[in-house]
Amino acid sequence: MSKSYPPTYKKVINIFMLSLTGLAALLVVSVLLFILGYLIWNGARSLNLNFFTKLPVPVGEEGGGMANAIVGSAKLLLLASLIGIPIGLLGGVYLAEFGKGPFSFAVRYTTDLLNGVPSIVIGIFVYTLVVLPQHHFSTFAGGVALGIMMIPIALRSTDEFLRAVPNTLREGGLALGASKAQTVLTVIIPAAMQGIVTGIMLNLARVAGETAPLLFTAFGNQFWSQGWNGPSASLPVVIFNYAISPYEDWHRQAWAAGFVLLTGIFLTNIVARLLVSRGRSRAGH
Amino acid sequence: MATTTTPFDLKKLHRARSARFGDPEPVDPTPEPQFTVEDMNFFYGDFHALHDLNLKLPQMRVTGLIGPSGCGKSTFLRTLNRMYETVPKTRVTGKILLDDTDVSDFSPTLLRRRVGMVFQKPSPFPKSIFDNIAYGLKVNNLCRHKDLKNRVAECLQRAALWDEVKDKLHESAFSLSGGQQQRLCIARALAVEPEVLLLDEPCSALDPIATAKIEDLIFDLRRSCTIIIVTHNMLQAARISDYVGFFLQGKLIEFDAAKKMFQFPSNKLTEDYITGRFG
Amino acid sequence: MASTATTPPPMMGAKDAPVKLSLMARLKKGDEVAYLVTFASALSIILITCLLVQHLWVDSAIARHTFGWKFLWTSTWDPVNDQFGAKPFIYGTVLTALLALLMAVPVGFGAAIFLAELAPRKVSNILTFMIELLAAVPSVIYGLLGIFVMLPLLRDYVVPVLQKIFGFLPIFQGEFYGVSYFSASCVLAIMIVPFIVSISREVLLAVPQAQREAMMALGATKWDVTWKSVVPYAQRGMIGSIFLALARALGETMAVTMVIGNVPQIKASLLAPGYTIAAVIANEFTEATGDLYINALIELALVLFAVTMIINALARLLMLGMKSQEAAR
Repeated sequence: MSKSYPPTYKKVINIFMLSLTGLAALLVVSVLLFILGYLIWNGARSLNLNFFTKLPVPVGEEGGGMANAIVGSAKLLLLASLIGIPIGLLGGVYLAEFGKGPFSFAVRYTTDLLNGVPSIVIGIFVYTLVVLPQHHFSTFAGGVALGIMMIPIALRSTDEFLRAVPNTLREGGLALGASKAQTVLTVIIPAAMQGIVTGIMLNLARVAGETAPLLFTAFGNQFWSQGWNGPSASLPVVIFNYAISPYEDWHRQAWAAGFVLLTGIFLTNIVARLLVSRGRSRAGH
Repeated sequence: MATTTTPFDLKKLHRARSARFGDPEPVDPTPEPQFTVEDMNFFYGDFHALHDLNLKLPQMRVTGLIGPSGCGKSTFLRTLNRMYETVPKTRVTGKILLDDTDVSDFSPTLLRRRVGMVFQKPSPFPKSIFDNIAYGLKVNNLCRHKDLKNRVAECLQRAALWDEVKDKLHESAFSLSGGQQQRLCIARALAVEPEVLLLDEPCSALDPIATAKIEDLIFDLRRSCTIIIVTHNMLQAARISDYVGFFLQGKLIEFDAAKKMFQFPSNKLTEDYITGRFG
Repeated sequence: MASTATTPPPMMGAKDAPVKLSLMARLKKGDEVAYLVTFASALSIILITCLLVQHLWVDSAIARHTFGWKFLWTSTWDPVNDQFGAKPFIYGTVLTALLALLMAVPVGFGAAIFLAELAPRKVSNILTFMIELLAAVPSVIYGLLGIFVMLPLLRDYVVPVLQKIFGFLPIFQGEFYGVSYFSASCVLAIMIVPFIVSISREVLLAVPQAQREAMMALGATKWDVTWKSVVPYAQRGMIGSIFLALARALGETMAVTMVIGNVPQIKASLLAPGYTIAAVIANEFTEATGDLYINALIELALVLFAVTMIINALARLLMLGMKSQEAAR
């Protein structure tokens, strides 16, 4: 038998299909590069100092900016962290260290459920929960909405990273007379800290870009929002409103804002992943 | 009583030991029991792991627990400081008395301060060497802040580690070798000044040189606290133990002074194990 | 070799220690407090979710009682006359999601196969990292690019070609103004591809090497090994990734509402403007007047919640099935 194996037609199909998959990967990656490039091109050139320092001005006038949206987003993220991180972290500690049985299963299932709820539904929920009783939109409501979105991810990542800590450390702490709480607080959580921190960073980056839940909670504001009880501008909502407007100048500003937002999100993601990979290579245990 | 002797030449071993350390001080031949175990049975779920154990572990002595793998000696060790409670579905019946108090009457954290434990795999905390030792002191509020440095130094000296680490106390504990890490864990356990030190095969993950250092350490500690060591290495047990218990399939087959057990074991099973007929 | 340890005095002190901790001491040790606090946090998640369902249910009561189940298949959406039917939105949501899947799944699977089986490890890791960055791009930015880049692209290049070749099909007939079901599907497809790629890649990487080696030893080509041995082994997980991507596509709001046209109609042509559940809520909620209107929108949110919950549950069942299939081997 002098036939070559595998037969030629198979070899052809092989090369063809493999190239197709390569093309697919290339396609996906080039989309990313395109998005980044286009935003940098269009957004960066529209950036100026006014963007960061001035309030929006009526259409047609020069020199407007998005200072209130930037500050608004910052406030919203702050409140969201204050709500989402403690609940998620402590819940994760419960699941990893104390929990067992049907209650833990219910918590895990509910967390996944909450994670899968579309963000606009969360917005509606917080509207009925906070905005309706208060009869006004508020930064507080927006923070609550974003906070609720942060909880499932914070919980799941804390749970995973705590469970990755070897059991020998827990036994070591207990054997020295430390209580379970002391061991978890002073040995286990510090051991998992790097993972927990990167989880929080990625969480924040995700929530920073969310628009839908803010549409009926923080709503929007052309001016500064004092305190927590009034409606507030936020970067994503402003981008949305400006993008669908008919004004050229607003479109320009939307690009600038998009660039700023995406840069922040990408940088956070990159730093977080670098931290994780550096931690992994340094791990001596 | 069997009159056959085993291949163990304890005299030779002890002569070698004396050459290194000098003769040990005369020992009170009838020590008080530190632990009294009465009719103890242990269950992992439905599995009956330990059967009807009755023994008295002597105070201020080194007791070695030997036996083939899976015979329950580590399980038994963990009942002494209630470490089995971290595993679900475990159950103990019978009595284990530390001095005169039942072990289950203790608050677990207080019990574990008096009964310390060192594990098979050296597992220092991911902290500095100093913080590892200081951990037990801080967590139990045993020491004022200004005395901390001295106490840590004392513990490291007692564990024969001081000279090797005194210049790098604030480096990570993982910068130490395996043997040093294990000695660190022993020093860490000693920091809370336990009356009893439980050692669960402390040398099985170490090379012979590190093992020798730890045996020296145990030998030094013998008169300052009760030591109960689980080991699968019979020579080790012969070298360092005053008393030995032989476990097989969850039962205590024989418990006696090391001198007697290794040379004139009472039970045929013990003799078979010691002479290497199984194990 | 003498040891360097000093012979210490016998251990003292611990013997006189108390046997039980006082209440104060126990509280300080913190086990009870820690348990309570962490338990409360875990419980609060269940409470929040229950509260969410309850609010959605209660605050859509008026609409539910007015329209009953007919709500789901009535086509009229007429706020002026208080006539509300969900059919156009359900149609739009399902259509755009399925169409997006149709476009995204082949590309996503292809890219995943390339990254898992063919690319050298370093290249694969870098490319995967970049694709995961794509997943982090917020919806509103996809919408921005959708309006100003994709719509002109579709209008000037893609759709004319499509209409020339496939214009006889009813789905490609009619005037194309840019905003349409088709545009929304394209944007959605780009948004869900990263999820399909990253999950499928992980699932493929988890296939044991023995599977590949068995076929390679028989002289099969790389593609044969991949397609006939690795992919079937991983198929449950890959299908699970489809469900997860579907759930995401169904709930996407911002990018969709920016390019779909926001017209509640059901037309045969993909090139016509349309609406989805998420888009109509986003657009009309703050302007909705009257309890019935608001309740109808909240009922839509309830429908969306139910649908995504079911799809997510199905996805999880599939992935669970994959894990037990592995354990059984």
